[in-house]
Amino acid sequence: MPANANSGEGLGQGAESRAAFKTALNHVYKWYAAGFLAFVLALAVLEQMGLSRQWIGLIFLLATIGLYAGIGIMCRTTDASEYYVAGRRVPAVYNGMATGADWMSAASFIGLAGTLYLTGYSGLAFIMGWTGGYCLVAFFLAPYLRKFGQFTIPDFLGERYGGNIPRLLGVIAAIFCSFTYVVAQIYGVGIITARLTGVAFELGIFLGLGGILLCSFLGGMRAVTWTQVAQYLVLIVAYLLPVVWLSVKQTGIPVPQVIYGYQLQKVTDREKELSHDSRELEVQQIFRERAAELAAKLLDPHAALLADRVRATKVLAELKATDAPLASIYAADRALSNLPKTTDVALKAWMIEKAEADAKSRPLNGMPPHAQQFAGDPTGDAKTRDEFDVSRRNFLALVFCLMVGTAALPHILIRYYTVPSVKEARQSVTWSLLFIVLLYITAPALAVLVKYEVFTLVVGTPFDQLPDWITAWNKVDPSLLSVVDVNHDGLLQLNEMSIGGDIIMLAAPAIGGLPYVVSGLVAAGGLAAALSTADGLLLTIASSLSHDVYYKMIDPNASTARRVTLSKVLLLVVALGAAYVASHKPADILFLVSAAFSFAAAAFFPALSLGIFWKRATGIAASLGMVAGLGTTLYYMVLTQPWMRSLFNVTRPIELWWGIQPISAGVFGVPVGFAVIIVVSLLTKRPDPAVQDLVEYVRYPSLGASEKRQGGIGGL
Amino acid sequence: MQDNSNRRAYWRKSFRLTGLLMLLWFGVTFGVSYYARELSFDFFGWPFSFWMAAQGSPLVYVVIIAIYARYMERLDVAHGFEESED
Repeated sequence: MPANANSGEGLGQGAESRAAFKTALNHVYKWYAAGFLAFVLALAVLEQMGLSRQWIGLIFLLATIGLYAGIGIMCRTTDASEYYVAGRRVPAVYNGMATGADWMSAASFIGLAGTLYLTGYSGLAFIMGWTGGYCLVAFFLAPYLRKFGQFTIPDFLGERYGGNIPRLLGVIAAIFCSFTYVVAQIYGVGIITARLTGVAFELGIFLGLGGILLCSFLGGMRAVTWTQVAQYLVLIVAYLLPVVWLSVKQTGIPVPQVIYGYQLQKVTDREKELSHDSRELEVQQIFRERAAELAAKLLDPHAALLADRVRATKVLAELKATDAPLASIYAADRALSNLPKTTDVALKAWMIEKAEADAKSRPLNGMPPHAQQFAGDPTGDAKTRDEFDVSRRNFLALVFCLMVGTAALPHILIRYYTVPSVKEARQSVTWSLLFIVLLYITAPALAVLVKYEVFTLVVGTPFDQLPDWITAWNKVDPSLLSVVDVNHDGLLQLNEMSIGGDIIMLAAPAIGGLPYVVSGLVAAGGLAAALSTADGLLLTIASSLSHDVYYKMIDPNASTARRVTLSKVLLLVVALGAAYVASHKPADILFLVSAAFSFAAAAFFPALSLGIFWKRATGIAASLGMVAGLGTTLYYMVLTQPWMRSLFNVTRPIELWWGIQPISAGVFGVPVGFAVIIVVSLLTKRPDPAVQDLVEYVRYPSLGASEKRQGGIGGL
Repeated sequence: MQDNSNRRAYWRKSFRLTGLLMLLWFGVTFGVSYYARELSFDFFGWPFSFWMAAQGSPLVYVVIIAIYARYMERLDVAHGFEESED
């Protein structure tokens, strides 16, 4: 381990106590891991003895939330340095694990494999973007921010650029990005608990909120850090176990990340077969006709709805007149009352139906061939060549935005304030990425293994012999998984199956034929991923408000106790606010989360990196650059993203710039941010010597505070 | 000033290393992805560019950061900028 590299040097008192602290930590987490395994095994035994699924789910839910809350209570503190940055003594490895849990959200844990299943190669933009961003963190931010050694990201902007405006802009951007993200996490908690334990969505949110609050409310960063380490261990075991099992089942080799290339080949071969399968073509034809029908309806929705109503009424009347069985009368009655009430409702419903039918009239259920890089064909005619270029450009743009966004999300960056030294900050980024990569290189394997299972074992099976997991999940939530025999041949075709992305991870244990206790474990893992991310985000928001707004801008004389108390109150308020928003099930939350990356990238990255690497960057330039970057990103999204367009009442036709999708708007915002900062800096007065000294101070690990200016520097 | 030239040398070396690793990062990420269609020869079952995007580049990133951390540690010591251990 790199931590031993310096063992030859004279170790001071601090180093010794740090080593002792780390040994104690190793001890605690070893026992914790053993205890957790024993707990899972005990539940497995109880399941064999007949414990019901409901109970297993509930026990998992309550036990893990109770555990996290327990850690939180044990770590409670009122000390500012403990509360904001865990006393700056988290060893690199543990900070790596905590960052891993902080980083991997419900979307990574549950959604990623599904995205990869549905989109094939294009989904890999998320894998590259969400890992490659850590290179930027390591090179440009983490070590320097650690040397700076304050409490929040706006702190750095405020000190480096001077004045309250950069600080305030930083606070606004941090809250904006973090809040959308935290709503998505709490929403995820509700979904997971609802699906796996059968408790109501709202109750699930409430339970999750309790866990989050007990943890971060009392102990701040200290509690969040040690809980996140515990959560990382739960989530990584929960993710790897079903995938390894599935790999053993299909290939006999327990290292899915190494072996799934051959499964991918088989999937590709099977894709070619399915594209020419006559029954598949038949189903596609039926959907094509359905799409055409809907298109006709959409031309004159008012008349079409009227005609539908007349037809349904007539059917009902005929049935009643002929004394048909009560069941069919009842069905006809329901069909009539289920018709859309107004033309607007009908229009929306039909548009969705048509989009579905359109997708299902294409080969492979509308999915691209899994291994095919980009759409279109670079050697084909002008249209397919253009399609190829646009698809490739969007892939690269998305990778760019996700990477730069990763390197700019405040809740990740503040984690590097918590390690003891610059050296450990650098090491810690390596550990973080290692722990994150473990999950991210497994997700593509899971997607391919499930696809192999579906394409070869499920497709073509008679409807009455479908595997149990299909019927079971169909019952839990038809929007996740449903099958309909469209061409009435008694066999399941690929295009007769509708899948929601989340099912890939949630059903993986059942697909592998594992006992239910593993499904419970997966749910606990998803919960851990969502809770850990929510903890980190809430803390970021609360610290920004209490430290940057209240302490630095409103009342610089506030006592530490007062600041910490205020932070706790704010945390409570923000958490309740987020839960309130999440309980309304906002439909476009997924878009907002991906958009948060573009926003963070455009707002923070240019100002932060230039602040460290270019002494000439001035305060006014940074403020303008942040506004310009954020503004450009927001402007593009408002012009092009359907939900934003409706929010801001934009009616002119969508004009994409170079075909770039709205999710990657940061690809315009980031360069604009850089350009504005550089140009305005050169036009304004050089920053004063104190600021230049600060930059020097940040650049050299051992440079003392005395060589810069007195006071204000915590930690070493 | 002795101190200043030492600082400049340290910063220059650190900057050069960062540049070099960024180049590698850029090639692995955007270079390979740009030519993904061309680079689809068989690689243990995967088309090469698929493997790079799914497994290869994340692993390369880990190595890049590890090299950076190790080299910077040495650079700190060589220029007398290592932190005291307390």
